[in-house]
Amino acid sequence: MDRIPILKIGQVLLVSIQIDLQDQSVLALQEDLAEQISATGAHGVIIDISAVEIVDSFIGRMFATIAATSRLFDADTVVVGMRPAVAITLVELGLTLGQVRTALNLEKGLAILGKLAAERELAEGLDDLDEPVQANS
Amino acid sequence: MTAPTGERDELVIAGDEDVVRVRQVVRGFALRAKLSLVDQTKLVTAASELARNAVNYGGGGQAVVELVGNGRRVGVRARFADDGPGISDVELALTDGWTSGSGLGLGLSGARRLVDEFELETEVGRGTAVTITKWAR
Repeated sequence: MDRIPILKIGQVLLVSIQIDLQDQSVLALQEDLAEQISATGAHGVIIDISAVEIVDSFIGRMFATIAATSRLFDADTVVVGMRPAVAITLVELGLTLGQVRTALNLEKGLAILGKLAAERELAEGLDDLDEPVQANS
Repeated sequence: MTAPTGERDELVIAGDEDVVRVRQVVRGFALRAKLSLVDQTKLVTAASELARNAVNYGGGGQAVVELVGNGRRVGVRARFADDGPGISDVELALTDGWTSGSGLGLGLSGARRLVDEFELETEVGRGTAVTITKWAR
């Protein structure tokens, strides 16, 4: 079984899938990613599937599972680079990936994560401002 | 009527890695039949679902992939047969979202949508065989 490498760039974990995915590799990736997010405190995960020729229901479900798991670690997931033929097939297959954020390419995926991180910092900042007010009341 | 054109491949599907091999073989045939990229992707995705079903629910089986022609068009036909428990309620099994296992229940119904012809033969206690065909446009 081939293991898919996970790269860390700043606060983002990048997974670029370059192999024909075997189910076992998919399951291993889910576990490896959960461990890596927990260990690094990364705020985002990008899964680059620009080299992936097919996404079937099992692989599609992996994206949803990874996104849901990373949410539990306060991290956002973006799937980037889906090929047009894969997108058409996924819709016909009946898999909507409703909960999974997608972006056209890596650059746009990183921009989305950057924006989410900025919003998060802002929200945390507002929380800090709120506290003294609440303490006085 | 359709007649095989002579090119044919038989594969044993026993595990995970065989599902990947089935995809590669089916893609090779799809290329030879000159299917469009979208049709190749649909056929390979359907084959992936059916091969996985044979492994997960049928306890393994066999795939036969062949080039077929009907005088006007060339296509790819793939048959996935297992000696598993069979399907007692075919209509239910072909319903979106219904699964006897832990899957999403999109494999069988989704695969049917992705191909031009879909034939399911099953007998409880004897096994299941699904034959799919995709024609070049």
